[in-house]
Amino acid sequence: MPLQAIAFYVLAAVTVVAALRVVTAKSPVHSVLFLILTFVSAAGLFVLLGAEFLAMLLVVVYVGAVAVLFLFVVMMLDIDFAKLRQGYVQYLPIGLIVAAVLLGEMIMVSGAVATKGPAAGHEILAAPANISNAQAIGRVLYTDYVYYFQAAGIVLLIAMIGAIVLTLSHKAKVKRQDIGSQVNRPRKGAVAVVSVKSGEGIGG
Amino acid sequence: MTIGLTHYLTVAALLFVIGVFGIFVNRKNVIVILMSIEMILLAVNINFAAFSAYLHDISGQIFAMFVLTVAAAEAAVGLAILVTFFRNRGDIAVDDASVMKG
Repeated sequence: MPLQAIAFYVLAAVTVVAALRVVTAKSPVHSVLFLILTFVSAAGLFVLLGAEFLAMLLVVVYVGAVAVLFLFVVMMLDIDFAKLRQGYVQYLPIGLIVAAVLLGEMIMVSGAVATKGPAAGHEILAAPANISNAQAIGRVLYTDYVYYFQAAGIVLLIAMIGAIVLTLSHKAKVKRQDIGSQVNRPRKGAVAVVSVKSGEGIGG
Repeated sequence: MTIGLTHYLTVAALLFVIGVFGIFVNRKNVIVILMSIEMILLAVNINFAAFSAYLHDISGQIFAMFVLTVAAAEAAVGLAILVTFFRNRGDIAVDDASVMKG
């Protein structure tokens, strides 16, 4: 068996087993850690496909940002997770039935597409000869897809603003500096001109 | 034996189905539901990358990047909603969240 096939089977097995553990783990912290394992081994699959740039992006975005965000939220919220697992057994049979039917259909369709579809009989080719995968992506992304690229940036901006608006809360008790009211304070009431007799002082 | 397109599509199908299964069995735990959605989107990305490699067309990888963007945005907003929900109710049981029902 060639090395590539061994790598594929190992990575695929780790991906699937870790994904199963994500949905069956008792503690959500374990779920997040298995999610990280899923993403890292899926990134390995991307490397096998020749999509190195996408693989690195997956590690940076998912493991570096999304998974840490999940971990942060899981640890920040004080939740009784045992209570949330109620109904697990209740929904297990219907979940298994739907999953089995869906899997059968999808494998049937993918088998048909892979053997009869336009990709049938092709070999892996991630980028044209003599340029790297990242270079090939850059050449297309900043020319043909530049508007979509900008739209993706706007999506991220809106998501960032949305997340800030949703979670930002001003507590009523906390005293804050209000620059507007400071600047708008009238001279009257802030300054008083008093004529003081010599030798007596203001207090009298 | 060589690894073909079918192998990658099967792994992606398995990941997708596990994600759907996770949504079914963890109906109360919205954090695991969000993680299941992330896995479904990862399965989509594997499909995109596999077809991109076997059809010799880089556009699939570009589209996978956009899926990645949307997934990151969705996770950020979803978790923000979760934090706000927890702040208001002290719990994250989503099947109780029927306040907006007409």
